Order: sequence, then C-alpha cells, then structure tokens
Amino acid sequence: MQDIIRRLEEMRAGARAGGGERRVQAQHAKGKLSARERIDILLDEGSFEEWDMFVEHRCQDFGMPEQKVPGDGVVTGHGTVNGRPIFVFSQDFTVFGGSLSEAHAEKICKVMDKALQVGAPVVGLNDSGGARIQEGVASLAGYADVFQRNVMASGVVPQISLIMGPCAGGAVYSPAMTDFIFMVKDSSYMFVTGPDVVKTVTHETVTHEELGGAVTHTTKSGVADLAFENDVEALLEVRRFIDFLPGSNRAPPPVRETTDPADREEPSLDTLVPPDPNKPYDMKELIEKVVDEGDFFEVQPTFAKNIIVGFARMEGRTVGIVANQPMVLAGCLDIASSTKAARFVRFCDCFNIPILTFVDVPGFMPGTAQEHGGIIKHGAKLLFAFAEATVPKVTVITRKAYGGAYDVMSSKHIRGDVNYAWPTAEIAVMGPKGAVEIIFRGDLGDTAKIEARTEEYRQTFANPFVAASRGFIDDVIMPHGTRRRLCRSLALLRDKRLENPWKKHDNLPL
Amino acid sequence: MFDKILIANRGEIACRIIRSARRMGISTVAVYSEADRGGLHTEMADEAVAIGPASAAESYLVADKIIAACKQTGAQAVHPGFGFLAENAAFVEAVQAAGLVFIGPQASAIRAMGDKIESKRLAAAAKVTTVPGHMDLIADEAEAARIAGEIGYPVMIKASAGGGGKGMRIARNDDEARAGFQSARNEARASFGDDRVFIEKFIEQPRHVEIQVLADAHGNTLYLGERECSIQRRHQKVIEEAPSPLLDAKTRAAMGAQAVALAKAVGYQSAGTVEFIADQKKNFYFLEMNTRIQVEHPVTEMVADLDLVEWMIRVAAGEKLPLRQKDVKLNGWAVEARVYAEDPTRGFLPSIGRLTRYQEPPASDSLRVDSGVTEGSEITVHYDPMIAKVVAHGATRVAAIDELQAALDAFQIRGLNHNLSFLTAVLGHERFRAGRLSTEFIAEEFPDGFRATASPAAHAVMIAVAAVVQRCCAAREMGRASDDWVVSLNGETHSLQVSASGGGFQVGEQTVETDWRPGETLFRGRIDGRPIAAQIERHGTRWRLRHGGAEIEVQVFRPHVAELAARMPIKEPPDLSRFLLSPMPGLLVKVAVETGQEVKAGEELAVVEAMKMENVLRAERDGTVAKIHAQAGASLTVDQAILEFA
Repeated sequence: MQDIIRRLEEMRAGARAGGGERRVQAQHAKGKLSARERIDILLDEGSFEEWDMFVEHRCQDFGMPEQKVPGDGVVTGHGTVNGRPIFVFSQDFTVFGGSLSEAHAEKICKVMDKALQVGAPVVGLNDSGGARIQEGVASLAGYADVFQRNVMASGVVPQISLIMGPCAGGAVYSPAMTDFIFMVKDSSYMFVTGPDVVKTVTHETVTHEELGGAVTHTTKSGVADLAFENDVEALLEVRRFIDFLPGSNRAPPPVRETTDPADREEPSLDTLVPPDPNKPYDMKELIEKVVDEGDFFEVQPTFAKNIIVGFARMEGRTVGIVANQPMVLAGCLDIASSTKAARFVRFCDCFNIPILTFVDVPGFMPGTAQEHGGIIKHGAKLLFAFAEATVPKVTVITRKAYGGAYDVMSSKHIRGDVNYAWPTAEIAVMGPKGAVEIIFRGDLGDTAKIEARTEEYRQTFANPFVAASRGFIDDVIMPHGTRRRLCRSLALLRDKRLENPWKKHDNLPL
Repeated sequence: MFDKILIANRGEIACRIIRSARRMGISTVAVYSEADRGGLHTEMADEAVAIGPASAAESYLVADKIIAACKQTGAQAVHPGFGFLAENAAFVEAVQAAGLVFIGPQASAIRAMGDKIESKRLAAAAKVTTVPGHMDLIADEAEAARIAGEIGYPVMIKASAGGGGKGMRIARNDDEARAGFQSARNEARASFGDDRVFIEKFIEQPRHVEIQVLADAHGNTLYLGERECSIQRRHQKVIEEAPSPLLDAKTRAAMGAQAVALAKAVGYQSAGTVEFIADQKKNFYFLEMNTRIQVEHPVTEMVADLDLVEWMIRVAAGEKLPLRQKDVKLNGWAVEARVYAEDPTRGFLPSIGRLTRYQEPPASDSLRVDSGVTEGSEITVHYDPMIAKVVAHGATRVAAIDELQAALDAFQIRGLNHNLSFLTAVLGHERFRAGRLSTEFIAEEFPDGFRATASPAAHAVMIAVAAVVQRCCAAREMGRASDDWVVSLNGETHSLQVSASGGGFQVGEQTVETDWRPGETLFRGRIDGRPIAAQIERHGTRWRLRHGGAEIEVQVFRPHVAELAARMPIKEPPDLSRFLLSPMPGLLVKVAVETGQEVKAGEELAVVEAMKMENVLRAERDGTVAKIHAQAGASLTVDQAILEFA
C-alpha cells in the first residue's frame, strides 16, 4: 500500500511537472502560463478535479515509446466557476509542443462527452503546435473525433475556446465550431496555413501576428470574438463571461442578485436621440443605462462595429442584446454586421436567452462590394435567425427603421413579442428625401415643391404612429422609462412557449 | 418691483438669476439659441423665446432680438448676466430707450470703466492707487535708470507695441535698467519696427484681489469684502475664495474705501467689482472695474450671507439698500472651483460632447453648486466650456477647502474630459493650503502640465476602496468571499487582508464603512471615520478610480492569481509619436500631404472638422510621411491615426 501511494505521488509529480522545468521556463519567457497555471486562474480555488492524469500516448514509432509524459500534453477535468460546474481542457505546450495525439484527443473527447451528459459548458484552452506528426493518421482521427463532438455539443452546451498559443492547420476547426473564440494578444495566432506556406504559394510576406493574430481576427476576419492583453486577463474575463451563460440548453440562464431597481428611470435618455436625424449618437449609452448596473459584456466589439451584440442582465437575468450603432456607417446593415448578429441571435436562441433589440437602421448598405459579396444571402442570415428564434424577443425602435432592414430587426412580423418605439421613431420604407425623389420624380427640378413634399412625407411617415395604428408597434414609450418597460415585458415573457414545426434542421442561407 | 424680467444669457448664470427671481416672486423669461433648445435655463424659466442660430453673434449678442423678446413677453427689465451684452453701454441705452429697465449699472459707468485709459485716469482722480509707471517716451539709458529709480525697483521695461513677451525686461537696479532699456528697445525695433518703450513697477508674485461693491440709486455704496482669484491659467480664473488669505483688516478697509470711492466717482448703481493687483507685501494697485456680476460672486454671497442678484434687481427697481457698511458682516471662508470641459492632462485642450453621466455633489448649507446642465446636456464649441461652479463654505479656510475637495471627489461627470482631478490636486497642494498664492501658481507648480498622480494618502484610500469593491463583487458572485486580496497597479502590488467587520470592512490597518453596492459608480463611505468619496468604474477586470486629484487603474487579484499576473509581460505602449492622431472625434476634411512627402515643422498636414469647426493639424517637427492611414471623408475617433511618419 505504501509503495503504491508513493508511486502514485511520483506519477502525479511527473504529470504536474509537464515538459519539465526548462520548457516551463521557456513558456513563461514567452509571457505564457503553463496549462495548469491557467486552470488555476480559470476555476474556483480548489475546485479542479483532474481526469486522465496518467494517460500516455501509444505511439510505437520514431523513438516515441521512450518519450512519455503522463497526461500526454493536455490537462483535462472539471471544476467550478463561481460555484457552477464547467469542463475544461488545457493543452500543455511544454509536452510535445501541445501536439494532439490519439490519446490527447481521447482525453478531450471524454470531458466533452461528459459535459453533454451533465449539461455544463466546455472551455478549451488551446496552445498546441498541431497534429502529433509521429502518430500520422491516428492524430488526424483524433482531430475528427473532437470535431464531431464539437458539432454534437453545439447548441446543447456552451463551448468557449481560448486561444493562448499556436493554433494552426486543421486544429483551427475545433475552435471554429465552438460558440465563442477569445484570443490573447501577441502570444496566440490562428491560421489554416502559416506565413511560410503563404510566402511560397501567393508570394505574400506576412508575420504570424498579421496573418492570424488576435488583432487580425477580432478586427479584420471576425473569426475571434475578443482579444485580451495577457493570459491572466483572458482567463478572468472567461470567468466573467461564463457567469452570463446557462450550463446547457436544458437549464435556465443563471440569475444574479442585484439592487438595481427594475423601475429605475433615466431622464437623460429623453435627449439621447439628437434633433437632427442625420446626427449620430452612441447606442451603447442606451444599452448601459438600461441594463442592470450598466454591466454590458460586449462580444466582437471591434468587428462590424455598425452592430452591437453582447450580454447583459435585466433584473438579474441574462439577456442578449442586438443593437444598431448609428455612430458607425450610420448603423447600416452590411455583410459583416448581418453575419455577426445572426450568429449571436442563434446562440441566444439555442440557450434560451431572451433577446433585446434596439433599432436605428437606415437600411442595407448599398454598393458593388456588398452586392458582389453576397449581401442578399448574408443579410438573409440575420432575418432568418430572428425569424426562427423562439426565445422572448423585445424590440425598441429608437429612430430609423427603414425598409427591409425594419423587417429584419426583430420586427413584429417575424414574431417580435413586444415591440416598442420611442417618440423619435421613424418607421417607413425609406427616408423622406429618398421617398420623395421616387414618388414625385416629376417634380425633381422644383426645389420648393420637393421640399414641401419631403416635409409632407416626414409628417406622414417619419413617426411611430402609422406603424402603431396597425399594431406593428405595441406602444410608444418614453425613453426615460425604457428599463421599466423592458423589465416588465421580460418578466411577462419568462414562461413564453413557442415551438417551430418539427424538422431535421433548417436550411439557413450559409 | 418688476412682475417679469428677461435674462439675456444662458447656462449656469441664467439659471442662477432665474432662481433668485423666482424666490422674489418675479416671473422669468429665458432666451435661447438653436444650440440651447431644451437647455436647463429654458426649462427653469416661466417662458422661453428663441433668438436665433447657435453662434452668439447671431443670437445672445443681438440687442434687438433681446429687446424684441422683452416686448413679446411683456418683460419689464433685463438682467444681462456676465459676458455677452453685460458690459455693452449701447445695449443699456437701447434697453432704456425701449422703455425697459437694465438690471445693472448705467451706461455712463460702463463706458467710463470700459476704457482702460479713462478708467485709470478716473481711478487716479478718485485717489485709487494705480501701478506706478512712466508712460511717456524715454530718451536714453540714463533717463531710463532715473525713472526706474523713481518708480522703485524692480521695474518692467516694456515695448509700447509689445506682445508675446517680446521686448520685455525686468530690472532690479540701475545697471539692469540701463542694459534692459537698450535690449528692450533693440528687440522692439526688430520685432515690431517700433522702438518706443515705457517703464512701470514690476510686481513679483502678483496676486489678484478684487473688491465687491454694491450701490443703490440713493447714494449708498458698500463694499462686501474681497475675493482672491490668483489661481488662474492663462488669465482664466480657476479657483477663487473669500476672504483673501493675503489681506488683514487694515488693508481690506483701505482697499474697500478705494473701491467705494471709485464707484462713487462714476455714480455706480448696482453690483460691481473693482479688481486690484497686489504684491506679497499687501501693496495693491488698481487694475480695472467690472461693471457686472462676476462669475465668482458666490464666494462673496456665502461669506456675506446675501444674494447679490436679488440686490441688483432691487436696486434696478429703485429700492434702497437696507445695509450700511457697518452692518456688513463677513462670516467664515468660501472657496469656489470652476469645473471646465477640458483635458488637463493634454494641455487643457477643450473637450466637447454629451454629459452621459452627470451627478452633482448634494448641495447643503455649506455647499453650493451653480450649473446650467443636467445629465444628457451637450457641451458645445459655441459657448464657454464651464460646466459648473462648486462653492464650499467653512468656518475656516481649511474647512472650506476640505469640504470642496470632498465635493469634487463626489462629482460624477462622464462623456467628456473635465478638470475635476486638476482642481482637487490644486486644492490639495501644500502651497495652496498655505495660502502662498500668486497668479503664477499654476505655471510654477505644474510646469510640465498636469498628471493625475496621487498623494500617498489618496493612494491609500483608492487601494482600500478597490479592495473593498472587489471583495463585494466576489462575495455576490460566489455567495461568500475570501479575505486576502492583492491590489495591483503598474506592476506595484499591495497585499491586503479585507475582512467583514461590524457592517463594514477591516482593510489592513484601515476601517472602511460603506453601503456601496456592485454597479454603483460613486463610492461613498468612511475610512477610519473620515468621510470619503471616490469615482469608480469597471472596465473588464480593471477598476478605474478617481479620488483626491488622482486617477488610477488597478486590478484586484486573489493571491495565487496575483503571483501569476506578476509573470505577465509588461507591454510597452505603442510608440505613437510617429503618428498624427486625431485630437478629437470629427470628419477628416482633407489630407494635405502625400506618402513620401517631406514636411517641415508647422506645415499643414490635415484638416479635421468637428462641430463645424475646421481644425488644422500641423507637423510638430520636420519629417517624411511614411503612410497615410485615413482618407479625406473618413469619420475619425479621438486618437485615431491619420498618418504616420518614417
């Protein structure tokens, strides 16, 4: 017995040592933490239950039998974040460069399978050189096993990927299929082919950072959702993020106690929308003044900034927020903003998170770049996502709701549950100027006439009353009372039941 | 008494006048430009009349529009506030010609005091001391030395055509006077093509002390003590107080008597201010007389316990002042701080925008806040960037300063840059507290501009607040909270035990009592029994705090996390000196240079339009343009890169 215990301790010590002192130091020198240090920050203190510490690879070639490290380059298990269970895998770059072997993949699959059964989120901490080349196709099979589980888990438990080192080649497709990707600036990158291959094939010279660093993916490609300064900040932010999410699609969103009154009034919202309809204002001010404690966790804040998405709470309960941002491109819908918001709406719908939509949209973005890029198909994604969503949907039109974009933005017609408009709302096919130029084309030379017609159109349509008279708007509300009205609506809709017809799955225009 | 008056002004002074009028049972009429539609003063007044576009020259400065607004509303009198038409004699005459009453002095007094030479002459005639000097031409060095000797050293030798510090010399003895005369004359000739110079007394470490006078139409003229306004930046007053820490009773009486004599000499009837420059030995010299209510009048009101605006109105209505000089009793000390929309850390660059959060410190018997804005108001380029005046009263100077500092700590302003930290830092400055003031104070004490760095005491307060706040949040999220925390800022760490004790917290050696709740952006509480306020904002894992004239950003970690956080690389902020950054949000109207172009310092690089104002951005030094990052027509955020130098 004593011997066994001693041996156990030795094996544990071996596993904890990972790739050894020297490699851990090299990891630290790169500004990166070790796989276990990361888990220590991510999980509540003392809550980590490690699994498969003694798993080793089974490779017989290239002298691998002599090189075995217990755990085989990934630390897996479960623990809690603020008391709620999550599963975690953390790749250990100090062991075979974090490369994925068959055994390594099995460990990841094991926690994912269990996460699905118990209904808890999976957080993957990615720091891997790629496939374990020595294992050949067995490694590729391992990737595919993980991919399959990512797909099966999608929409069942939240999956979050934190990229904390290299993530290249086929390895990118596991994070790509998770719900959210967070990256660490300067020490992580993701790409399908690296700078060397790029140079050979396309003769482009590009750095790792430019090709697939955190800034690139959070501003240009939109692949990643958030970029953080360092490992510690990234892990602490994941903790904050998980607090918004339910454990699974079977669990209700978590509730956080708050002293923020549901009937808090914000008089300054009455002056948020400027008198000049062409002057922008910051939609984030509205969001921050309406949600609990001004606490808004924005997702993709630096990509497609003409639409804002993120999580907040109302009376302690998580809501997803989608809002046009008049500060950027006048809040127009374009390819990037449509796909960004569509994916977010679908996430909320998967996990029973009510959606609050704030609308100030002048329409879809015109131009060849948009049309040739497929705005028709991509814009349809957002329409599709809102229309299929069965979660509570509450919408506030603050100013412009023009044309097809009005329909798209969680309108009454696509099953918006409660649709409000501020007195400043203008719900119409288009802005007065454009409309008059079409309807009264004959008068185009006559400035006075056009001005009079424009004013007439403005009086007739640039207000919320036409829509309200048809019941497309449930009520015209004062901006200062928005929080109270939204809290009441959400409370009312808490037990909303709505089901879509049975189908194998839908056919979202991809 | 009038039934209805019109206030020909905007912002805080309009609101302040409306308040007094309302208390007196007088109806009020506000006027507003397009930019002030819905402004606080229009809401407070019983009626409001639109008088034109945002530009003051087309609205608040147009006498005819003001008079027409009076006619339209039936207002019987006009209070001009300060600025705009307040010291415009022609306006006074136009008002009177229209059969209305001007609430202020007569046109003749305004005119007499509005002329620099005439006012000095009148002052001298009224036996008011003026700065000794020799205004006539000086022939040669010998005469310069003789005249300087007569005036008394030190003297200032100045070019008649001077400006910008050119052609100015200070002389402390005959030799310096001779040399200074020569060099000032040479420089004046070279710079202005005009070699005339004159000599006047040079006042070292000058202090700005002014006397408040109040006169009725029945020959009663009083002075209500003095105000010291030495804390100035580029002739803009920043902090004012009453009384002055410089004066004694004898000097006060002498200054008061002179001010009254001058007021009487011009037949003054209303509230007015006689400004003096004083040296550190209490010698004082007449500067000018302001024939209006002053921005800083509240400090006098707080120590004299009367309402100057009320008395301006009563005097204008022909009432007699019930006071005699002997009845004037000044009580305690009052200090005022002017809160401006500006960025003190960037050379006090004006800031504009919407007040997304605006919460004044609560008023009390000892604290007064005069402002013309509410949350959601916009500070525009059209008018003065003053947001509010905060005035504290105390039995002693120290008590008043302490109260004012605490009030500024509790003042919440978001959405634009403001000078609250700067004001608090000045109030906490040892030299300010010692009363060793001069108009050079800011230039001398903040020679390299302002950085919001904390005193050890303010630092300790913010560390404790951050620790408590983090613990409160952790306790809510976890349902329980640990006691050991590490506060980390700029690589420096403080390990603290934070334990709940008797409704409050024990933080290291300090006891913190507070009812702060997560989400609140103002922390109020007591630390070791002393009331404190701190602004607190959460940015992800970081807390940003403002207290005691300092702003810091901290992270609060559990010890095991702190240990790992210490390993994180310190990333140098990117070197932005090669970039031309947009100083404000706006529209990039023009990029005046091309890639590869060599530019000289001072050359135009780009034009940014913000709030209809075109701002020309110029090269700070010679260089070559390496890359253009933004094209004309782009809308820029603050600090967005426009172009990059090689």
